[in-house]
Amino acid sequence: MSTTVIPHDLEPHPLTGMYNGKFGIWLFLASEIMLFGALFSTYVLLRVGAPPGQWPAHGSEILNVPLATLNTAVLISSSVTMVMSWAALKMKKFGSAQVWLTITFLCAGAFLVVKYFEYTDKFHHYQVWLNDPMPVGGHEVTTIKGHLTADSPKLECSEKTGAFNIPEYVIITPDGDHGSSGHGEAVRVEGSKIKRISNFGPRHSPYLATYFTMTGLHGLHIVGGMVVILYFMLVGGAIWKRSPEKYTNRIECTGLYWHFVDLVWIFLFPVLYLL
Amino acid sequence: MSHHEMSVEDVKKHVRTYIAVFVALLVFTGITVGVSMLGQNQGWTVTTAVLIALFVASIKGSLVACYFMHLISEKSMLFGILALCAFFFLVLLLIPVITVSDNVGVH
Repeated sequence: MSTTVIPHDLEPHPLTGMYNGKFGIWLFLASEIMLFGALFSTYVLLRVGAPPGQWPAHGSEILNVPLATLNTAVLISSSVTMVMSWAALKMKKFGSAQVWLTITFLCAGAFLVVKYFEYTDKFHHYQVWLNDPMPVGGHEVTTIKGHLTADSPKLECSEKTGAFNIPEYVIITPDGDHGSSGHGEAVRVEGSKIKRISNFGPRHSPYLATYFTMTGLHGLHIVGGMVVILYFMLVGGAIWKRSPEKYTNRIECTGLYWHFVDLVWIFLFPVLYLL
Repeated sequence: MSHHEMSVEDVKKHVRTYIAVFVALLVFTGITVGVSMLGQNQGWTVTTAVLIALFVASIKGSLVACYFMHLISEKSMLFGILALCAFFFLVLLLIPVITVSDNVGVH
């Protein structure tokens, strides 16, 4: 039985200067740049067009910068462990390469765990907009940010708009200074006084809708990368035995994708959290 | 020299570079956060904050692309493709300008 040989699977193509798989992944990454470019463009459009006061002056007013900084360090670390895996394969150290690959996988998992805590916090943190000012903690306020107590009635969403219906009342523990939770005394707010209520999910504002869309898509890319890395963690040995060079090339291609995911985060971090 | 024909010594040199880039990326991350906090305290304008943040992010991005993604040692054809991609990326980013220059209904 004859076998079909894929041309330039291992050796560089004379025209592109690289093997075909690598060229393919670069073309894929170019399309990814356009995908994220469209989202960054949307961000610029929404931010520039936002009415005064509708966009936070600084992302840290809403988001957790220390956690995001930690995640940046984790993702950068995963990028270096990924390239170390490739370097180990180039030195014919398969065992060492698999260890670096496993560390990359764990870093990716750690990134998602931190993101889970960030997201969960946003979905359990609420803002209540009031029709008229009311006294809270010795100040007259028109909006209260905080966490709903267990006694507060469960909120329901409107089927038409997706927004929360105004409940009969809510009991909310206002944030302390600088957004810290649980510092204030719980306040009961009657439904007749509430103009709007929302958690800090995508429905809260264009800013958070943008935040969840961009970080959500980035998170999906992390998951995709983890699936590929896991595949090579499990079957890498068999491919390495058949063709060490082919396996090295595959890890290089996976690395290119992974570094791109890191690169996107490098721009997402300041744009969403620090500006 | 392409990565196809790297010796063990060459790879070892690369590893040292990767570690240096890793440290630089962590330092630049610290600088990004520090400058942001400084800007908040000093009351910098949004334009200043955006320019500084994107400048530092661009340095970090270049380090990742050049060294981790080996762009620094790639062949020219790839640069042509990426330049085309960068051009259209800029077009995408500049599309919102149209909304600013659109005066229909204003006058």
